[in-house]
Amino acid sequence: MIRSTGSGQAQEPTVQIATPPQARTPWTRRHLLDLDELSRDEIETILETTDAMKEILGREVPRVPALRGRTIVTLFYEASTRTRASFELAGKALGADVINIAAGGSSVEKGESLIDTVRTLEAIGAEVLVMRHFAAGAPYLVARHVSASVVNGGDGPHAHPTQALLDLYTMRAHIGDMRDKRVVIVGDIAHSRVVRSNIWGLAAMGAQIVVCGPPTLLPAGMRPSQQQTEEPLGLPNVEVQTNLDAALEDADVVMALRLQTERMHGGLIPSIREYATLYQITPERLSRAKTGALVMHPGPINEGVEISPEVATSIQSVIEEQVTNGVAVRMAVLYLLARGKPA
Amino acid sequence: MTTIAIQGGRVIDPANGIDATADVLIADGQVAAVGPDAGKDASETIDATGLVVCPGFVDIHTHLREPGFEHKETIESGTLAAARGGFTTICAMPNTEPPTDSAAAVEFVVRTAQAQGHVRVLPIGCVTRGRAGKELADLAELAQAGAVAFSDDGSPVADPHLMRRALEYASMHGTPVIEHSEDPALSAGGVMHEGWVSTRLGLAGIPTAAEEVAIARNLALAQETGSPVHCAHVSTAGSVELIRSAKARGVRVTAEVAPHHLALTHEAVMQGAREAPGGLAYDTNAKVNPPLRTPEDVAACIAGLLDGTIDCIATDHAPHATQDKLCEFDAAAMGISGLETAFGQSLSAVPLEKVIAALTIAPAAVLGLDRHVAKIGTLSEGAPGDVAVIDPNAEWTVEPETFASKGKNTPLAGRTLRGQVVATVYGGKVAWQA
Repeated sequence: MIRSTGSGQAQEPTVQIATPPQARTPWTRRHLLDLDELSRDEIETILETTDAMKEILGREVPRVPALRGRTIVTLFYEASTRTRASFELAGKALGADVINIAAGGSSVEKGESLIDTVRTLEAIGAEVLVMRHFAAGAPYLVARHVSASVVNGGDGPHAHPTQALLDLYTMRAHIGDMRDKRVVIVGDIAHSRVVRSNIWGLAAMGAQIVVCGPPTLLPAGMRPSQQQTEEPLGLPNVEVQTNLDAALEDADVVMALRLQTERMHGGLIPSIREYATLYQITPERLSRAKTGALVMHPGPINEGVEISPEVATSIQSVIEEQVTNGVAVRMAVLYLLARGKPA
Repeated sequence: MTTIAIQGGRVIDPANGIDATADVLIADGQVAAVGPDAGKDASETIDATGLVVCPGFVDIHTHLREPGFEHKETIESGTLAAARGGFTTICAMPNTEPPTDSAAAVEFVVRTAQAQGHVRVLPIGCVTRGRAGKELADLAELAQAGAVAFSDDGSPVADPHLMRRALEYASMHGTPVIEHSEDPALSAGGVMHEGWVSTRLGLAGIPTAAEEVAIARNLALAQETGSPVHCAHVSTAGSVELIRSAKARGVRVTAEVAPHHLALTHEAVMQGAREAPGGLAYDTNAKVNPPLRTPEDVAACIAGLLDGTIDCIATDHAPHATQDKLCEFDAAAMGISGLETAFGQSLSAVPLEKVIAALTIAPAAVLGLDRHVAKIGTLSEGAPGDVAVIDPNAEWTVEPETFASKGKNTPLAGRTLRGQVVATVYGGKVAWQA
């Protein structure tokens, strides 16, 4: 690799980042591709490191040189506002050099393969590659072919681990221990990378997970009409509901997902209107959940579709806090992956 | 007279009910005799002691890619891969560029194979002009030029009316129609089997119904017209059941299964050939159409082959260049390079005698290939001197980089297979020897 030997280690003592209070297994992972392979312990490590990052972000000058001299490249094949911006802010707050690359169109259209692109980025010094790609599995392909750390910033409908981490962090801040807490995720479950990563993360933390949507927006294996076979679901166990009122009963957390408005073209929903009638989180519906239940949304919101404006801006809503926490969580991830990178 | 004898092997010739230790004597490119000591005076000999000797394999579903995609495979490289896999006859699918939808295109395949081929190539012509699914190709002209069957493989003939007419028209010369059974509206956008693995990986699924709806349609059309239809690469339990019940009521239907559908499930997409970062392989070499399906589907395909519902094994050899697979899973080409692993992979699922029957006389009978090459797929006297010599117990590791095929795309890389082709004799000459 390009980076000079030992520079990272030399910087360590100057960095003031609180060590997590409990001695946990040291962080050894090179990539963050999804939460499916993380233990509860590892997730706690990230969340506790996030606490330290929040403290830094609260300082007058929210900067530390923890990753000074390190190069982080964000490579986004899909439009993104909050994810890309928060990774950039996170990297800069840690003193890293951050290069943003928005790759328009598919790699095929560009005539350069994804692997060629990332090898080029690695050759110019990228040590951490933050990737957003429209194809599920693209970061896994990249991780096989580079020695840089790969952070999955969202791959097609598959995974979005840092979103799930910031969701977990936000829930933890309000609820504390998530064991046996009822978390209801409503909307387009089939096409949501946020759901998949959240299911893994919440399962690791011991939460009770409920997904809710029309059968056409539930993935194979989750549709209520499908007989339960001997086959594994491939995901941790979740309760599946098509009736929102039943799903919301006694919920501790209600997470609405963005409805891609073009979903009605494939016959997945008859109309936005009917969808909103059945699945919009309204004050009346929310009253079935526990008093003070958290309302979350990964954004961007279609107000009046999946969530009513009153609910989105209510005291129960932590939607803006999710965005704020996104920076701290991504700082924690970048720090854990890049600080101890072997020379 | 040049003679070659394969001596002392266990001769398995399902067409003639032979399973005994014997010599096979080939004279002037044709089988002259099978029996004890039949080959003792031959000018050239192959010692097959401890090995199995059978008719050269017949593959009725091979993609040779030439003309148009010579970076993926050529008739020369594909026929050498065939020889390495024990195949002496392969039927070339017409989804080339240009497609094999004219007499000239058929003649190109025939002539190129005669000049450069290591084994026999029998061309398959398109059902529709340009494989566009709009109008029939000149089927009689294609047949006259040497097409042994018709298919738009790679795509279905999506229009049921056109399919009906194709079945009716083709039956006048007795040339079978091979249908890639897939409902394109149901499979649209799908890249793997729709099931728990696709849910796990966030990949768009191809439901089993996409195949079964099309199979049901084709069976209804075969019944309606009284014309035969051959179902390519059957992959689901539902398809097997549909074909079983259609056969029982006398519909003229035949079916094939690919070795990978006898031995692999959709989990291969997730697991991959070697350890992957994040534990998810997204193995593009396991991306194939129809997709690898569930263990229940695999079991049904095996049962269907054993009870005769599925007539034969066909490789669906679909070679691709490295760059066609070394990319995002969604963008990767579909297909498995299968000629060189077909025997071993089939043997992992089905008993030896059945594998040999399903790779020799059975596929020849499905397409009626003896109309073109007398006694093909047999060791009868006067049959072509096409022989595969096999070590059914030899274990070997699949190393794609050593394939003769230009297509190194196999999900079996690094896996151990039992059953290896030791030598292939085509027309009385050694086409390949280990």
